[in-house]
Amino acid sequence: MEKETCTFAYCAKPEVVEVDTDLLIIGGGMSACGTAYEAAKWATPKGIKITMVDKAATDRSGAVAQGLSAINTYIGENKVADYVKMVRNDLMGITRDDLVFDLGRHVDDSVHLFEEWGLPIWKKGDDGFSLDGFQAREAGKKSLKDGGTPVRTGKWQIMINGESYKVIVAEAAKKALEYNRKATGVDQNLYERVFIVRLFKDANDPKRVAAAVGFSVREHKFYVFRAKTMVLGAGGAVNIFRPRSSKEGQGRAWYPVWNSGSGYALGMQAGAEMTLMENRFVPARFKDGYGPVGAWFLFFKCKATNSLGEDYCANEKHLKEAREKYGKYVDGMGTTIRNHLMMQDMKAGKGPIIMRTHEAMAAINKTFMEKLGDKEGKKKLKHLEAEAWEDFLDMCIGQAGLWAAKNIEPDKEPSEIMPTEPYLLGSHAGCAGFWVSGPGDIPGTPADWAWGYNRMSTVPGLFMMGDIVGASGHKFSSGSHAEGRIAAKAAIAFILDNAGYKPVARKSIDEMMGEIYRPYEIYEQYKTYSTDPDVNPYYIRPAMLQARLQKIADEYFGGISTWYVTSKTMLDEGLKQLQLLKEDSLKMAAADLHELMRCWENYHRILSAEAHARHILYREESRYPGYYYRADHDYIDDNNWKVFTCSKYDMETGQFTMSKRPYVEVIN
Amino acid sequence: MPSFVIAEKCDGCKGQDKTACQYICPNDLMTLDREKMKAFNQEVDQCWECYNCVKICPQQAIEVRGYQDFTPLGANVIPMRGTDAIMWTVKFRNGNLKRFKFPIRTTAEGTIDPYAGKPEPDFSKIKESGFFNYEARKQ
Repeated sequence: MEKETCTFAYCAKPEVVEVDTDLLIIGGGMSACGTAYEAAKWATPKGIKITMVDKAATDRSGAVAQGLSAINTYIGENKVADYVKMVRNDLMGITRDDLVFDLGRHVDDSVHLFEEWGLPIWKKGDDGFSLDGFQAREAGKKSLKDGGTPVRTGKWQIMINGESYKVIVAEAAKKALEYNRKATGVDQNLYERVFIVRLFKDANDPKRVAAAVGFSVREHKFYVFRAKTMVLGAGGAVNIFRPRSSKEGQGRAWYPVWNSGSGYALGMQAGAEMTLMENRFVPARFKDGYGPVGAWFLFFKCKATNSLGEDYCANEKHLKEAREKYGKYVDGMGTTIRNHLMMQDMKAGKGPIIMRTHEAMAAINKTFMEKLGDKEGKKKLKHLEAEAWEDFLDMCIGQAGLWAAKNIEPDKEPSEIMPTEPYLLGSHAGCAGFWVSGPGDIPGTPADWAWGYNRMSTVPGLFMMGDIVGASGHKFSSGSHAEGRIAAKAAIAFILDNAGYKPVARKSIDEMMGEIYRPYEIYEQYKTYSTDPDVNPYYIRPAMLQARLQKIADEYFGGISTWYVTSKTMLDEGLKQLQLLKEDSLKMAAADLHELMRCWENYHRILSAEAHARHILYREESRYPGYYYRADHDYIDDNNWKVFTCSKYDMETGQFTMSKRPYVEVIN
Repeated sequence: MPSFVIAEKCDGCKGQDKTACQYICPNDLMTLDREKMKAFNQEVDQCWECYNCVKICPQQAIEVRGYQDFTPLGANVIPMRGTDAIMWTVKFRNGNLKRFKFPIRTTAEGTIDPYAGKPEPDFSKIKESGFFNYEARKQ
């Protein structure tokens, strides 16, 4: 195929905006806001400049944009070591214990800040029942920091009134940035609606990244950010696999539809080492609406069964078969194993799988009436019903709409649950991401786990946080914020230690700009060749690029259509197809700036998907049954594979280099 | 459930450089038709139904209708977001109504003073655990 270039012969050349800064935050979600907050305090007295670049509006960007009904990581009265054990168990025995421990010992401070800033947190009332954020305030309940008692659902989770969670966290971050901006005398240090496409290496030091480049999705402006250090928090990847929804419902992914794998792709372009990229997350959620199940399981003590009313996690035959293949891990009953057992029942025709909300509510009703009598019991029950709806309305409004459309009242009838399409992330019950340096002060940490600055990737000066830090899941919103702060502090230390560094991008501005606007140029050059701009042999538009990626990933890399099953031969074939798609990505076409963003988002998805597939291919076992299966190695093999699988991507050659690093149990 | 704009209610935010919905949409979906001066969702199959456009619209011109690949017709969920609480009206397909009110924040918007009462960072501890304001817990 002929190679396309962009010389701006067809599309207009954008205005170039060059920004020189010290610390660049890429992303605007929970971790990025954490970085802004912590970094500004350290940076400002030293005259260090901070800049944040967000592809959306920070008030409502990232995975918490819609809100949340719970904070899933609050250590409180528990022990950090127990948190590490829980995370390790759920992630099938391979975690970076140092990172998880480090997160656990820091996370509560972020939660205390959220409450101080105005996030309403439920408290336990004197009668043992829950009080929402306002009731708790009226009852004079203490803040968590001062010893107030949260409403625990599980051991680690606390309930909140979280509709405005992100708005509140963003306000503090924006004020922190403003404090730094005023003190350092720059005109602007928060860039919203600027999408970062590429990281470029340094001209003088091939190990380092010098520039992050992208464009405004609102104005015809090309941005070059040169920075002494970068903190990357651009999120994991959704919609790389074909979703269960077939048409407009594909926007209703469980993971936010705008998390396009940019975090992975940007780090890969920089050559940062990845780890456990074979891991993925397949949440079992309310069918189609993908509403949360955590509060139902933990808070309302709801049971999920197959359609015959049997507990699918207690099927002796399935348990026995699972133990034969996956050994002791089965009895850990982590998320993957529960998924696996659910799917065994589904395959046996015992579906749909049912969340028995009506029975849970009836049981609660009975307890309330017995304990409180009719009048008070009814009042409490009404409050409880509101709590059940709030769980959806705070964080997954569409599920409330779906229930209403199907006339489902949870106290009257049960609802179906279902495993979703796979997602790549590292902050929930998943751990795909980059290999980063740990804090180094935890006894027993191997040398290659902590070589310098906390949360720094193998690329000096490039830090990682949130969903793209590998091998340390279960941080959730609060942990991501705390991790952003940990990375911020280490990045400031790095800047202070490397004060002489002046970033110089290896490529010229015209070269970088030509690469990024190529889809625009291609569209303008060829759009009039056919009478329908959607059907044109010279290019591929982003919607179809995504559709093809999803089909390849689904059919060959263990998506829903094969019940998450793949194998070496399947992966080899899929990777061949993916290679052709990668070549075709050089012919992406964009009719406007919005579509230009979609082009590059989907390119980021392609890179993320390739890393995922290469890692699945490399790990010759099925470490995460219920997430995916290597049918040719359908067992857990601790002798050979209780290791971190690692990889490096070479942007110039497109080659992956795979390796293993030994797992060490640091916390026991 | 993709968002949609009720033509009669939308005033295009009176021709400001961008509309409120355009400003807030996390996925860059809401856009303004400058000829009609009406906003619309330009890519409904990429809508996460996060309701941020619905909540922010000064004219209450935006609602959401269920994704038709799995949602029956006839229901809607309408928020009214105030300064410290949000009211929800959930209308079922069968006409049943439920109303809820939940807190959203305990402080007035814009009043956060992020570093009030916090200590200055101690640069001698920058490579140790702990944030600028406290020592990390030991266990």
